[in-house]
Amino acid sequence: MAKVPTPKELTRINYRPPAKSWMDTKPEFRPGVYLNAPSPKWLEMIGYPYPRKWSVPDEDWHLPPDWKEIILAGMEDRLKRFRTLKLFFDICVRCGACADKCHYFLGSGDPKNMPVLRAELLRSVYRRYFKTAGKLLGEVAGARDLTEDVLKEWFFYLYQCTECRRCSLFCPYGIDMAEMTILGRELLSSVGINIEWVMASVASCYEKVGHIGATPHAYKDMIDFFAEECERITGILPEVTYNRKGAEILFIAPSGDYFADPGTYTYMGYLLLFQYLGLDYTISTYAAEGGNFGYFISHEMGKRLNAKFYEEAKRLGVKWILGGECGHMWRVCNQYMTTWHGPATFLEVPKSPITGTVFEHAREHKMVHICEFTADLIHHGKLKLDPQRNAHLKLTFHDSCNTSRAMGIFEEPRYIIRHVLPEGHFFEMPPNTIREKTFCCGSGSGVNADEYLEMRMRGGFPRANAVRYVHDKYGVNHLGCICAIDRAVLPTLMAYWVPGMEITGIHELVGNALVFDDEIERTTDLRDRDLVGVGKAEEAEGEAEDE
Amino acid sequence: MDFFKRHFSVAFLAVIGLVVIAFIGVKANLQLLFGVVIPYLAILIFIEGLVYQIIRWLRSPVPFRIPTTAGQQRSLGWISRDLGEKLDNPANTMQTLGRMALEILAFRSLFRNLRAELREMPETYAGGKLVYWSYKWLWLGAIAFHYAFLVVLLRHLRFVTEPAPAFVNLLGEVDGFIQFYVPTVYLSGIVLVVAGLYLLLRRIYTPTLRYISLAADYFPLLLIISIATTGILMRYFIKVDITAVKELVIGLATFKPKVVPGIGVILYIHLFLVCVLFAYFPFSKLMHMPGVFLSPTRNLPNNNRAVMHVNPWNYPVKFHPYLEHEAAYREAMYEAGLPVEILPESAEKEE
Repeated sequence: MAKVPTPKELTRINYRPPAKSWMDTKPEFRPGVYLNAPSPKWLEMIGYPYPRKWSVPDEDWHLPPDWKEIILAGMEDRLKRFRTLKLFFDICVRCGACADKCHYFLGSGDPKNMPVLRAELLRSVYRRYFKTAGKLLGEVAGARDLTEDVLKEWFFYLYQCTECRRCSLFCPYGIDMAEMTILGRELLSSVGINIEWVMASVASCYEKVGHIGATPHAYKDMIDFFAEECERITGILPEVTYNRKGAEILFIAPSGDYFADPGTYTYMGYLLLFQYLGLDYTISTYAAEGGNFGYFISHEMGKRLNAKFYEEAKRLGVKWILGGECGHMWRVCNQYMTTWHGPATFLEVPKSPITGTVFEHAREHKMVHICEFTADLIHHGKLKLDPQRNAHLKLTFHDSCNTSRAMGIFEEPRYIIRHVLPEGHFFEMPPNTIREKTFCCGSGSGVNADEYLEMRMRGGFPRANAVRYVHDKYGVNHLGCICAIDRAVLPTLMAYWVPGMEITGIHELVGNALVFDDEIERTTDLRDRDLVGVGKAEEAEGEAEDE
Repeated sequence: MDFFKRHFSVAFLAVIGLVVIAFIGVKANLQLLFGVVIPYLAILIFIEGLVYQIIRWLRSPVPFRIPTTAGQQRSLGWISRDLGEKLDNPANTMQTLGRMALEILAFRSLFRNLRAELREMPETYAGGKLVYWSYKWLWLGAIAFHYAFLVVLLRHLRFVTEPAPAFVNLLGEVDGFIQFYVPTVYLSGIVLVVAGLYLLLRRIYTPTLRYISLAADYFPLLLIISIATTGILMRYFIKVDITAVKELVIGLATFKPKVVPGIGVILYIHLFLVCVLFAYFPFSKLMHMPGVFLSPTRNLPNNNRAVMHVNPWNYPVKFHPYLEHEAAYREAMYEAGLPVEILPESAEKEE
């Protein structure tokens, strides 16, 4: 793997664009800043076009002979199907308000990472082939030929956009780079240009269990293991059922939460909560992936993976679906799922069996975010919580891009946090870096591959920079989030930029704080770390204790 | 010639060229062409072009409801949302209209603008830190530019109507309330030029902006600044016969066009540049004006989970059905105690 520069080396960022025009510069495919080409087998598994062996740094990408026609026809087709694309191509005034909003631009200084210019990479081709001025005047009208170099540039920069939509927040016309990135990646896919990390996840998820490609029985083992861990620590053994017909609720979590730490602790939190409530729920081995890497390559692949949700809900005959803590899963759920597959008439409007709350805002979707569900429980006083069990945490909260700018779930997680943490243990990062203005983790939209580490550390710099601020100022030692990709990538990001920070899901904290009537005396949290007031941790209150 | 120089000089020379064309045209006694034919043509192209482009946009559907949410969503009843949050994350049509109004009339998103700066701090672990501050200059420049333009445009109604509507006269009075020169100086004209110059200069002197700017960015700014400048020149310095001008314009407006003699060449230059602006409008980035009304990240409520949004080209996709999933793992699932739809052969043998 490529050597990643040190933080000090990395922050020597030059924001001055080069003297050469952007039309004349080419990306440099050096290790650490590009993503690997996929193995053809993944493409074959999902019936994706032009599976072949190719390599990014190679000169020849073995494109199909008529690649140019395919791309242009694909662009024309998408212009017909998406008003967004036409509009976002036509109305940008290049005011530059988006420029320093992008985490990749802030972390790399590469002018083509200014959303406006990243969009121009596509727009210039649009002008050349679809606009009269561009056809006639060429470069002076901001138009340029579609060449292999341009295609390679698309690949380079469309995977240096994590579809976080921070630029669209600041754009006076709401031009959404994410939309153009999604459609641009679709075009790349149409000539067989994809990345290994996404394609492996998509193909695995398509046929097996989750992005990690587990088997149903291995998946069951993992979750049974979490239940046993819960019992070891709390004395409570959550009862888990799988693929159970007639359950009231189908619970779907992202695979990050059962695949690796610290997501697994969040999963333990879910199980403890459901056990506490005596919830009539089941987990599916078929609709076992909340996340959706398909959405990172095309609308259609997103839909093909997401189809499992309603299919399984229908087969099992549940009343509604409860969704775990995940970012892009909830973008898909909030903005696409009902349109793709609705109306889900076989389900009922979600109603909390504990509080009786009817989730009216989800009456068509029939699916509830677990933070909405839990906040409602706490609001109705249905949970006995001991915040002192989280007293070893000083927490800040990272709003995930997708749930922030494509949904707006800000108060629910904060409400939960305030009830599971002791007073004075929660600290917000500076206002320009949270809520709708939050920064991406730097690894969203399927670019969280190892070979991409340098770029991820660059993209994550603005996020880490804000965490550093509360870490230094208030001694914050935990970074909370409601996104599985965050839980997968933030530990690496923090180890690089803010060593000593731990990452936690919100329901892990709920699991810590929940007081069961018949539990054993708790001496540790779900991570086996001593609670404050127990053993030697007493003097070390407030300090991070690494395991 | 580098990219910037090429793009800037194309725009600059184009505007100079337009001025020269009008000047020569009038000197060659083509008043009919420049005073009647071209204005009609320009208006025709403007209207047709505008309608054509908007219809071209509307012909593409909005398959997904993808508003950019900038505030707390509407979810649980007890989570209160203030007016700002309702407008930044609208849940219904009224709130969406409010969001649109704020965007269009007050440039809401631009008002949010921040500046980021990397401060070097070699003694720290990271070697530097990013800081952000509110940066309203672009918003101020843009809003001054647009509103000044609007006021100037409305004031011109007095050339088209006889007598001028009351609000136009009122506007003129307000616009000229600071009296320090004769004739009364309209602030809007000055603001338009100053704001236009600001927008132009930031484009030229901000390295990143200069890097991305095209001829299509310089041209409309130069054109509008030239229009405003010729207008100001005409009003205060190189006076033209106002009565004659009004006769010409009313003639155009009432479809009884006639060439009015004795109008100075500066009026024709001014008018020609305005005509070019109108004719250029539908084919340029100036289409952001109608475009902002149609932007799907702004003009849709965030209520997808409550009200289904229909995609007209939605089509069925191939997915991996449950039974295929089970078939691949039936034996192992059964052994692990997972419920299955169809019992594996081994299980049947046991029975």
